[in-house]
Amino acid sequence: MTDPIFGRLDLSSFAFVRAFDNPTVSELIGAGAAMAVVLGGLAVLVILTWFRLWAPLLRVWLTSVDHKRIGIMYCVLALVMLTRGVIEGVLMRTQQAFGLHGGFLTPDHFSELFSTHGTIMIFFVAMPFIAGVINYVLPLQIGARDMAFPVMNQISLGLTATGAALVMLSLVVGEFSTGGWANYPPYTGADFQPGPGPDYWIWSIVLAGIGTTLSGINFAVTIYKGRAPGMSFLRMPIFCWTVICASIIMIFALPPLTVAALMLAADRYLDFHFFTNDLGGNMMNYVNLFWLFGHPEVYLLIIPCYGMFSEIVPTFSGKRIYGYMSMVYATMAIAVLSFCVWLHHFFTMGQSANVNAAFGIASMAIAIPTGVKIYNWVATIFRGRIRMTVPMIYVVGFFYLFTVGGLTGVMLANPVISYQVHNTLFLVAHFHNVIIPGVLFGLLAAYHYWFPKAFGFRLHEGWGRRAALLWIAGFSFTFLPLYWLGLQGMPRRSVTFSDPSFQPFMWLAFFGAALILSALTCICIQLWVSIRQRDRLAAPLGDPWNGRSLEWSIPSPPPAYNFAVIPQVTQRDEFTDAKATGRAYAEPEAYEDIEMPNNTAIGLIVCVCATALGLALVFWIWWLAALSFCAMVAALIGRTFHTETTHIIPAAEIAADHRAWLARVGVAGAVNRLDETHERNAGLAIPERPARAEPAE
Amino acid sequence: MTFRDVRTPSAIAINLALAACSGSRDTFLIPGGPVAAAQRAEFFHIIGWTMIAILPVFVLVPLLLWRYRYRNEKARYTPDWERSSILESLMWGVPLIIVAVLSVQLYRTTHELDPTKTLASDNPPLRVQVVGLDWKWLFIYPDLGIATVNQLAFPENTSVALDLTTDTVMQSLLISSLAGQIYAMPGMRTRLHILAEAPGVFEGENTQFNGTGFPAQKFQAIAMTQEAFDAWIRNVKADGAPLTAEGYARLAQASTGAEARAEMGGAGGPVDAIHFSSVEGDLFGAILRRYTSGGAVPPAGQPGAVGYDPNARAGEQTQ
Repeated sequence: MTDPIFGRLDLSSFAFVRAFDNPTVSELIGAGAAMAVVLGGLAVLVILTWFRLWAPLLRVWLTSVDHKRIGIMYCVLALVMLTRGVIEGVLMRTQQAFGLHGGFLTPDHFSELFSTHGTIMIFFVAMPFIAGVINYVLPLQIGARDMAFPVMNQISLGLTATGAALVMLSLVVGEFSTGGWANYPPYTGADFQPGPGPDYWIWSIVLAGIGTTLSGINFAVTIYKGRAPGMSFLRMPIFCWTVICASIIMIFALPPLTVAALMLAADRYLDFHFFTNDLGGNMMNYVNLFWLFGHPEVYLLIIPCYGMFSEIVPTFSGKRIYGYMSMVYATMAIAVLSFCVWLHHFFTMGQSANVNAAFGIASMAIAIPTGVKIYNWVATIFRGRIRMTVPMIYVVGFFYLFTVGGLTGVMLANPVISYQVHNTLFLVAHFHNVIIPGVLFGLLAAYHYWFPKAFGFRLHEGWGRRAALLWIAGFSFTFLPLYWLGLQGMPRRSVTFSDPSFQPFMWLAFFGAALILSALTCICIQLWVSIRQRDRLAAPLGDPWNGRSLEWSIPSPPPAYNFAVIPQVTQRDEFTDAKATGRAYAEPEAYEDIEMPNNTAIGLIVCVCATALGLALVFWIWWLAALSFCAMVAALIGRTFHTETTHIIPAAEIAADHRAWLARVGVAGAVNRLDETHERNAGLAIPERPARAEPAE
Repeated sequence: MTFRDVRTPSAIAINLALAACSGSRDTFLIPGGPVAAAQRAEFFHIIGWTMIAILPVFVLVPLLLWRYRYRNEKARYTPDWERSSILESLMWGVPLIIVAVLSVQLYRTTHELDPTKTLASDNPPLRVQVVGLDWKWLFIYPDLGIATVNQLAFPENTSVALDLTTDTVMQSLLISSLAGQIYAMPGMRTRLHILAEAPGVFEGENTQFNGTGFPAQKFQAIAMTQEAFDAWIRNVKADGAPLTAEGYARLAQASTGAEARAEMGGAGGPVDAIHFSSVEGDLFGAILRRYTSGGAVPPAGQPGAVGYDPNARAGEQTQ
């Protein structure tokens, strides 16, 4: 019997107590991490109280339904979790550098590290970062005032934060799963891991997964219903196309994961036998369900990043994107194919050669549209005028490294090769090779690119360059040696190894990890320096990069209602054309009242209740689980009784703000691209045309 | 170990380079049998074909970045150019052709190297039943009546049929220099064939994470001449103890090969290997059936589970 009040939570659940009882290096590192979480949390509380920031934080941020603020909060969450994920990665590289017959971490601690590292990086760094950028940019690009469902948007953020909070809490109370980010049963079943570890994984994934599904619905409906007049589908920026594809994946691919995790929960809590060894359970069903989610998932991550590159490359080349239609077809093709290839994650399960061949060929087929995309970007820089700003450094790193990842992807799509390198460090190198140069570089480039839109000042260029170069070098040193070790048959998830010839490669990887840590430090310094120098870096007029789409046609940061008057779109690259033909920065004929959604605390309430629910389920505190679940449902029902959910912003106020901005634009000096990163760049660009007109081709 | 395909100078060069780079030779890049050799050939084949698509990117990117840098006033600037039919057809066509070629190849080799197929050889095939345990491998030779832990000996140029299962969580058996890996799963039997072309010692391992002893779950796959193999069988029968149901229940506890040897006792072979002179009943069949009998198997009866009790297990019949 467990305790009726505390469930299976007891003193030894706390990392501090464990370290006190058994002060090994491994436990002390665990306690140190727990201490960092507790002290970090306390520091935030103290700062908020000291500077009296509670009220503004609640009023302006946590209860906001503004897609821009929600987007920024997603990105902050992602960056905090990125810090933890990178530190865990560096810790694992350090362990393996000393891992010839030993090292300083216990095997259990190491397994927790690779499980949380994977879970965090996928679900609580990549996904919220992407959701954040989409949230911020999408409505601005299609000329909308907000998401289709602003309150649901807030709830999605709340549920994502819940998942992240549970993973953070696992550092302090109890321990996380040791079964990897895929959490395969039967190893994670109740018979083999009765502790709270896999339950932490289950509830953080289930709760965050529901949030992501809701986000997908929100993004898709926003694009279908929220576009400005004239913004037909084929006039949308490529980024919006990639968001459609990603939201389709979010809607259809997340449910298999949620269901698989809930089935595993039924096994663990209710003595079901979906995936157990006995009584008809079969772990192969789990593996199929997991990857039915897992493969579309990686495209859900990479496709929006393709979209980000598709905005950045034309902007910094001063050119239209090459092959718009090819890009659209290729993106859709990838989104559809992504659902047809999941079996390549387990070619080695013993199915027939025909099944393997079919999925192998389908997997390889994805290389076609992906190749087309790379060629399109290369053709976009052809005959452009290229500025090597920070986002473009990431793009170049992406061109080279992602292509290598594509090559090894074609290898892994081949069952014959997969038999050899599956489950080895070759696989680890491959997916880091597509996720870091593809997803992370895309996101960091996007962060640099859209930051001035969100905050009205640019990020420091020098520190950005340092960070970008260190990321590229750090990635290469860390992961390219792992390909070699994988070919030598070194399994992934090995806390130690016994072959001395692996050692030099482990040291190379360790050196790379140190570079990645310095890259992350540069990102932090860059943010600090940029905030300090925000007056010199200011670009409030809204167009620091000579941008091409609608988000650059409004002030930075944009007003809550985004557009004073919803724009009429006439073509692709609307803002570039408006600038060239003098339509930009014109005063509209009339201003109208704007109806905007009211703030609400429902997302915050859902977040708090869901976190309590997750924690209660992990530790079998049934009364708290029931209470928090009922409170959440009651709050959601209560919300439906609110009938006044919007407020009106009067036309006069909008007109005054807009005219003030136009007046500043009118007197400001426009800059050419040589001054792009100079203090003079206040966000007003001189349109650039060739010296002599080219005949149309 | 001998190298296959050392007839051409380029193959010799590749082998020398690989051997120089790696102290370990337990990789399919230095194959010990026809399957690994074919896998290596496929590996280089893919690199060759994909280079057609990749090299243009590698070469063009720096050239274009330099030629069309912002300060180069002389370069042509076409801000509105967005389509070229020739480029379009190349961009879709070339990857399509490469993938088509590789797909035909993939279909062919996936069938040729189907791990369930017996490999061509003049010698009669050998059957070995493999049971994955937490953190060691049990090899049962049903036709010879012997069994070993962490030592898989077999004659050269003989197709060895491995029947795999586990008596705990999922595992994956890989002998990189001979053939690729296949999962071993409880209550299910998967099959993998290996063949070594000459005597040699190859490292085998589990690649599917299964707990704290995972990195120690390695074994030796030893290809021998027929005479040496016959002598090895006599040796195992001489220095090994019988594997009884009770002994198996103790062996199945979560432990590395070395720990199991310390617990069970044993002589001959490496320190993490154990020899058994005989096997009681149809042990492999009993392990397969115990999870599919329709009855519950409590944690006390599942090796590797928390609360596994060898004494509770020992009473089970293996007949």
